[in-house]
Amino acid sequence: MDNESTYSGYSYKSSHSRSSRKHRERRDRHRSKSRDGTIRGDKSVIIQAPGEPLLDAESTRGDDRDDNWGETTTVVTGTSVDSISNEDLTRISKDLEDSSPLECRRYLSPALGAILGLISLITPLAFLALPQLLWRETLDPCGTPCEGLYISLAFKLLILLISTWALFLRPPRAALPRFFVFRCLLLALVFLFVASYWLFYGVRVLEPRETDYRGIVGYAASLVDALLFIQYLALVLLEVRHLQPAFCLKVVRTTDGISRFYNVGHLSIQRAAVWVLDQYYSDFPVYNPALLNLPKSILTKKMSAFKVYNLGDENNTNNSTGQSRAMIAAAARRRDNSHNEYYYEEAEVERRVRKRKARLVVAVEEAFTHIKRHQDENAATSSPKHPREVMDPREAAQAIFAPMARAMQKYLRATRQQSYHTMESIINHLQFCITHNMTPKAFLERYLIVGPTLQYLDNSKGRQWTLVSEEPVTASLRQGQVFCLRRLDFSLVVTVTPLPFLRLGEEFIDPKSHKFVMKLQSETSV
Amino acid sequence: MSFVPGQPVTAVVQRIEIQKLRQGNNLILGFSIGGGIDQDPGQNPFSEDKTDKGIYVTRITSGGPADVAGLMMGDKIMQVNGWDMTMVTHDKARKRLTKKNEDVVRLLVTRKSLEEAVKHSMGGYPRP
Repeated sequence: MDNESTYSGYSYKSSHSRSSRKHRERRDRHRSKSRDGTIRGDKSVIIQAPGEPLLDAESTRGDDRDDNWGETTTVVTGTSVDSISNEDLTRISKDLEDSSPLECRRYLSPALGAILGLISLITPLAFLALPQLLWRETLDPCGTPCEGLYISLAFKLLILLISTWALFLRPPRAALPRFFVFRCLLLALVFLFVASYWLFYGVRVLEPRETDYRGIVGYAASLVDALLFIQYLALVLLEVRHLQPAFCLKVVRTTDGISRFYNVGHLSIQRAAVWVLDQYYSDFPVYNPALLNLPKSILTKKMSAFKVYNLGDENNTNNSTGQSRAMIAAAARRRDNSHNEYYYEEAEVERRVRKRKARLVVAVEEAFTHIKRHQDENAATSSPKHPREVMDPREAAQAIFAPMARAMQKYLRATRQQSYHTMESIINHLQFCITHNMTPKAFLERYLIVGPTLQYLDNSKGRQWTLVSEEPVTASLRQGQVFCLRRLDFSLVVTVTPLPFLRLGEEFIDPKSHKFVMKLQSETSV
Repeated sequence: MSFVPGQPVTAVVQRIEIQKLRQGNNLILGFSIGGGIDQDPGQNPFSEDKTDKGIYVTRITSGGPADVAGLMMGDKIMQVNGWDMTMVTHDKARKRLTKKNEDVVRLLVTRKSLEEAVKHSMGGYPRP
């Protein structure tokens, strides 16, 4: 059975004795054939030794394959050196996609902005310096007013520098498909501004060798003022405008229907998409393809009831639709019991998961009682007869991992999470918890609760998403728009609704007006 | 038996004359009343309109003067000896019924079955 790839370092099968494995197989075979648990006992699960995980955290092809294929297809043995399993193929293709083809495209826009910013910062200094360098002798001497202007210029430039660093010099977190309209607008504005100032300067000051130095300094100061105002405009357009909420986005994941609602302000579609993806990575539970399928035993029962034969030589196309309609009608009329099986199967699975969870919790609690934090002050008093060896967290983690390993693995298999947690990652997490004095419950939180996608992500490569939209992606959000964010095997569908207009009325209640009476119903006999 | 505020109330009434019975020091009539403008009309089991704050007969002692005279449980008392009972407090109603110097009380009472009977027999309200 080619479930093992050529990189496996530690196979589950080999950790148990032959007798227990045989016993398990025999017990599994006694179960009814309709359950697909028959083969599950034989499947080998790989706990990876140190090395990269077998599959990418976000998109696994783990249990998609038909569970019975080991019996019905010819087996391809994975022992030849040149063979490459299915998982490797998907991993390689995903690697190719995830790395961006041109790394430099990501940095083009910030580089442009940086150059323009630098030029605009040096310009006032250049305006001041050039006359001094070129025609110093003929300049009018300029006393106190100039010095005042120098000081104000210096401080304004400092403020400009600091705020540019604070606001704009950040590594971009997303590569958008189209131009970011506001940013382009602002860059164009700055460029136009600085160019026109240089033009004026060149024509009116450099050519005729203007001698009024105070005027030149005033001119440079006005340029810095204008740059500060442009920066204010940039702040409002890029950072502030979209803070006031105006739309509610409903984000639904297509594969399992998990949905969230978010409030955003006035954004373009691509900016809204980036924002939604930021929230997706920390809000949505991780996509686990193994949890999606109904057991095949339930679904296939419906289809196998009728066989329709083609008698005579009528028109073929007519007959096929008639055929399928007849089959559907017959299937609908038949009493359909598959919901029953689904219900019982669900109950059974849940019971199994709960049982394994109980075993896991007990095993972990017991394991944690084996170690204790070593107090340094008692070093002198510890008797030489019992030299307890002092371990560092890593060794302590490895020491207590052994008793809980089996229970942990069975639980992960029951909840189909085994592809997200390798043995190495479990030991790392254990070490982390021991170092920070966490209780067993805190250690188990990571495995009992399905976490957001961010928890299982390695940050080495960027994520490739495709924005699918019927309108140009630089259009701003409007009511009723729908766009999709697609990845390889699932997508997020985003619907836009505007937030309602709120009419707030006012009502004043006098605190003295809170009075009460008893509800009477008396009966008097006369 | 609902009414429009501000408009005169019309109802089909029955005239009942009750002779008070002397029992020891008291003159009794043999029934109990409930309701009144100071009471909670929602708890009245006999009224059709749960905002009706009129005086209703809630209990009748069997064999008493009221029973003999033909008063029935659930009747709404409209007048007592000419005094209006549709807009009185509970205590005022009690006082009007238990005046010591009166031997006889003449009540005008209304009930649903009266209206039905009139409708059946005449096909509508009798015109004045």
